[in-house]
Amino acid sequence: MGLVIDLDICVGCHACAVNCKEWNTGGHSAPLPDHDPYGADAWGVWFNRVHSFEAGEGADGRTVHFPKSCLHCEQPACVTVCPTGASYKRAEDGIVLVNADTCIGCKLCSWACPYGAREFDRDEGVMKKCTLCIDRIYNENLEESARVPACVSTCPVGARHFGDLGDAASPVSRLVAERGGYDLMPELGYQPVNKYLPPRAPKRHAGSTGSPAQLKPADEDLSGAGLMLRWVDRLLSR
Amino acid sequence: MRLNPMATVVESVDLSPKVSDEVKTTTCYMCACRCGIKVHLRDGAVRYIEGNPAHPVNKGVLCAKGSAGIMTHYAPSRLSKPLLRVGPRGSGEFREIEWEEALSTATRWLEPIRTSDPRKLALFTGRDQSQALTGWWASQFGTPNYAAHGGFCSVNMAAAGMYSIGGSFWEFGEPDFHDAKYFMMFGVAEDHASNPIKIGLGKLKGRGAKFVSVNPVRTGYSAIADEWIGIKPGTDGLLVAALIHELLRADRVDFDYLVRYTNAPWLVIDAPGTPRDGLIARDADGHPLCWNCDGNAPANALLADLRPAIVGRRVLPDGSAAVPVFELIARRYLDPRYAPDAVAAQVGVAADTIRRLAAELAHAAFDQQIVLDIPWVDWAGRRHDKTVGRPVSFHAMRGISAHSNGFQTCRLIHILQMLLGAIDCPGGFRHKPPYPKSAPPAVKPHGSAHHVSPGKPMPGPPLGFPMGPEDLLVDPDGTARRIDKAFSWDAPMAAHGLMHMVIHNASKGDPYTIDTLFMFMANMSWNSAMNTPGTMEMLTAQNAETGEYVIPHIIYADAYHSEMVAFADLILPDTTYLERHDCISLLDRPICDADGAADAIRQPVVRAERDVRPFQDVLLELGVRLKLPALINADGSPKFPGGYPDYMANHERQPGVGMLAGWRGAAGARQGTGTPNPKQLDAYIANGCFWRQEIAPRNRYYRFANKGYLDWAVSMGFLAKADPIVMQLYSEPLQKFRLAARGHGPVQPPDRDRKRIEAHFDPIPFWYPPFEGELVHGDEYPMHAITQRPMAMYHSWGSQNAWLRQIHAQNRLFVNRATATRLGLVDDDWAWITSHHGRVKAQIKLADGVNPDTVWTWNAIGKRSGAWSLSADAPESKRGFLLNHVISELLPPQPDGHRYANSDPITGQAAWYDLRVRIEKAREEEAGETAPRFAATKPPPNMMEPPDILRYGAGFRR
Repeated sequence: MGLVIDLDICVGCHACAVNCKEWNTGGHSAPLPDHDPYGADAWGVWFNRVHSFEAGEGADGRTVHFPKSCLHCEQPACVTVCPTGASYKRAEDGIVLVNADTCIGCKLCSWACPYGAREFDRDEGVMKKCTLCIDRIYNENLEESARVPACVSTCPVGARHFGDLGDAASPVSRLVAERGGYDLMPELGYQPVNKYLPPRAPKRHAGSTGSPAQLKPADEDLSGAGLMLRWVDRLLSR
Repeated sequence: MRLNPMATVVESVDLSPKVSDEVKTTTCYMCACRCGIKVHLRDGAVRYIEGNPAHPVNKGVLCAKGSAGIMTHYAPSRLSKPLLRVGPRGSGEFREIEWEEALSTATRWLEPIRTSDPRKLALFTGRDQSQALTGWWASQFGTPNYAAHGGFCSVNMAAAGMYSIGGSFWEFGEPDFHDAKYFMMFGVAEDHASNPIKIGLGKLKGRGAKFVSVNPVRTGYSAIADEWIGIKPGTDGLLVAALIHELLRADRVDFDYLVRYTNAPWLVIDAPGTPRDGLIARDADGHPLCWNCDGNAPANALLADLRPAIVGRRVLPDGSAAVPVFELIARRYLDPRYAPDAVAAQVGVAADTIRRLAAELAHAAFDQQIVLDIPWVDWAGRRHDKTVGRPVSFHAMRGISAHSNGFQTCRLIHILQMLLGAIDCPGGFRHKPPYPKSAPPAVKPHGSAHHVSPGKPMPGPPLGFPMGPEDLLVDPDGTARRIDKAFSWDAPMAAHGLMHMVIHNASKGDPYTIDTLFMFMANMSWNSAMNTPGTMEMLTAQNAETGEYVIPHIIYADAYHSEMVAFADLILPDTTYLERHDCISLLDRPICDADGAADAIRQPVVRAERDVRPFQDVLLELGVRLKLPALINADGSPKFPGGYPDYMANHERQPGVGMLAGWRGAAGARQGTGTPNPKQLDAYIANGCFWRQEIAPRNRYYRFANKGYLDWAVSMGFLAKADPIVMQLYSEPLQKFRLAARGHGPVQPPDRDRKRIEAHFDPIPFWYPPFEGELVHGDEYPMHAITQRPMAMYHSWGSQNAWLRQIHAQNRLFVNRATATRLGLVDDDWAWITSHHGRVKAQIKLADGVNPDTVWTWNAIGKRSGAWSLSADAPESKRGFLLNHVISELLPPQPDGHRYANSDPITGQAAWYDLRVRIEKAREEEAGETAPRFAATKPPPNMMEPPDILRYGAGFRR
């Protein structure tokens, strides 16, 4: 199971990040502590963070909002390096979790993760991370429609999708196929499950909407006199 | 296969943990969007807040602010008890008092002014969502000195829309995200509205429609636009005029639409020098005239089935000459000064781009016309088999509004929409009920001498829409009647008042002094003020002889220790939004959408455990103590003993019309109008705290002329009559003010104002450069400086929120990379931002996505040290800054020395986006901290100690 994130429409509003924090601070990995929350250097645990930056130059320049959380890799380096087995990938759905009871807080996993997706809770001394809302997606105490990760449920633009990326026929897999969804840093070989959809080609250039590059003047006379004459003859009905 | 020695240790994951004991619905108040929320409660505490999927505004989604509501609700900066000032004003020295003392103190101050001169009370509210109550209360008290924050937010948008199309962008209309093929947005960063625009943009782009964002800054919505037009601030009107020029030149406008639904064929009298010049020619009964080509004679332009001329000068039977509105419009915009080549340099957009945008608009509107299989009947009873749409939508907000040319610029956008035939059609800009109303709505402002009497209510509301000079609130010598000078010659169409001038005027005694300034949710000593340092001085100014404060009493209601608290004498602590009743009323700013009428309530979902009271309850209680007639029974007992919830259900504004439209009538079976239903709030709660009535598909478009809709609107109490509404390309009320400036009529402006009125009250919108830039030396202040609201904080106080401040705790000054290179600035430098009024220091961040002549920053991130329970070294106060410090509430002096308000000359809208600055690198030893910084404000007694570590939710893991 995993997420598909549409970079064509993500406006960088942070709804996913904050709603994730809100759900998870009382959820499976509760709490997600905040140090110095009203002070000089507020720093808290977040499972999902939005990175905003500019890319490209001139007319091709773009402001990019890039939400990032654990990608639940098929080959998770964080699991491989974990000396206690606290980090593990669930066989049934592929979700990568940390067992807080056996995590010794050595941070090897956060060093190993190339995506910076792990969050160390220095208050409890254990590593925490995105659980893909494992306490929501199967939760029989929630309405069926709410059984998706908090970030997906709350995203105002609809840029986040959840589903079975292992099933080529699932709606998320079809979306990835249609839109050319891609892996983040595929060259590293960790085979992330989560996919990103690239921005659609912007309709920026002449002709991209089917329109001509400019309108044809109905009358070349710049004084508008010719137009007035045309309009005198317009027969209009109220 | 990988080997893992501990692989046998298997975690047992609870896949179905209990989430909550109870889920209650209410309405979010983390911004002005008013989304429906579901609040999950566990052991009496808030476990989780999510969007309500059934709610018409947000349809289940929730933004960052709404999702952070828990942290605002539990913030340590919450006030906990009424406070009375004991030290000097501004010192922040208070003692806690009981509510009885608070209420009797307020009554002791207010009672004598009500019975002597009610205008001595100025009641101004900030991000108030209960203006249907607060405005009514001010009228009951008898003071015209009332407004909310619209004067510095969006009055240009509201007024320009109301006078043009009888509706407006944002609250009273929305782009048709479902059917638009081309969407153009002006001056909208991340806000207004929040979730509906995000939902809409996601849909729109998914359908492959083109999205153009015109904005000097490329953040937020602009980041996902197909095309970002990085315009120079304040020149949008020029761009729009050039688009209109191109459309007219190509004869690509919707004439059928114009003659049916706008005043395009109305005849305008051409009689220079006379008192009738520029007025609409009318018949003996006052009906506007057009020239009917059938019979070649003038005719009542409101009749159906005419064949009106749209151009051609005619001589009317009374001998006067007249020209159709359309001809005047066409001549104005065909003028070469609005040609793309003529405006390109000034707007900072290439002429070819302007020409292409015009072509794309025309292509979408006319070549991609959509036809819905929905028959409808127009006002004249004519059946239309299909509903035709021009799938071009516009939306505009702050970037248009906050300029001194914002009213006329917004009118220009409406003219463009009308010419394209794209208002309230499928794919266009669509009204939300209860709009459209007549353009403008028939509500006049009250507050003239015969409206204000000691001890008596005013006969109507303080705010409204003047139709001409006779509706102004001025004394015979032209002096303003209101403390903010709204509806005076300074700002004749100030439909939302001028909150930004209240403190200035009151401190100068201009036009008079007041006794009590009473404010709610308005941070007027900080981010809601222009000239913050000066405002703090005005709030504490004392009479040199008597030692009394120039503003003798200041009462302030707020839920939090905001910067304003220290400047009040009496603090009435409010609840959080989860602890109160509220009413999102159709009489105010409802939550309707284009397809349905809706309103909503808040209900308390958690109990306030501090000694605080909802402001609306307090206001009603004060009204009882002051014996306001509508709040007491004959025996003096309160009419609404149950407080605000009682008022919400049982108060009637007119017979059958109350605060809430759903479940009216004794049995709760009526919608819109009906007698009060004592169980109305229970019905709301059972329905998720909102009510919505869907409009029948045949009544959803062309509502200004749609018989079914107009009849329905009358039945719902939205309109008094089912008459068609004619949109106003040409705005006659403006011409009436202009004629007064030319020396006609009984109410004329003072001589000093004549030229200004004559120039700006043009009934046909035009572009003029924003004032500040014209009055300062361009070389000295070459840059424009503006702010944007961050999405995660827009309209919320923000910084007391432990989660949101981790996203934005310091605002940088964003400078275009090329410009910065020219100025010798690099990333992280500290620089001085200097305006004609003052200077402020900020840290630089280079960006490509900003107009080269513009610098910008996030709004309202900077905080005063000591406020909001933040530590003394919090980045918000140490490195965060406000541009407000360098924005003057006054314009630089005119040649005669007079200083007008820094406002739009028509509506009085605060022109804070007109700011001009220069940027200079700070010296090395000046780096590291913002300036000016103000002495730390002292927290009130017994505030909660902020924790070192917040472990919210730890207790839920069971």
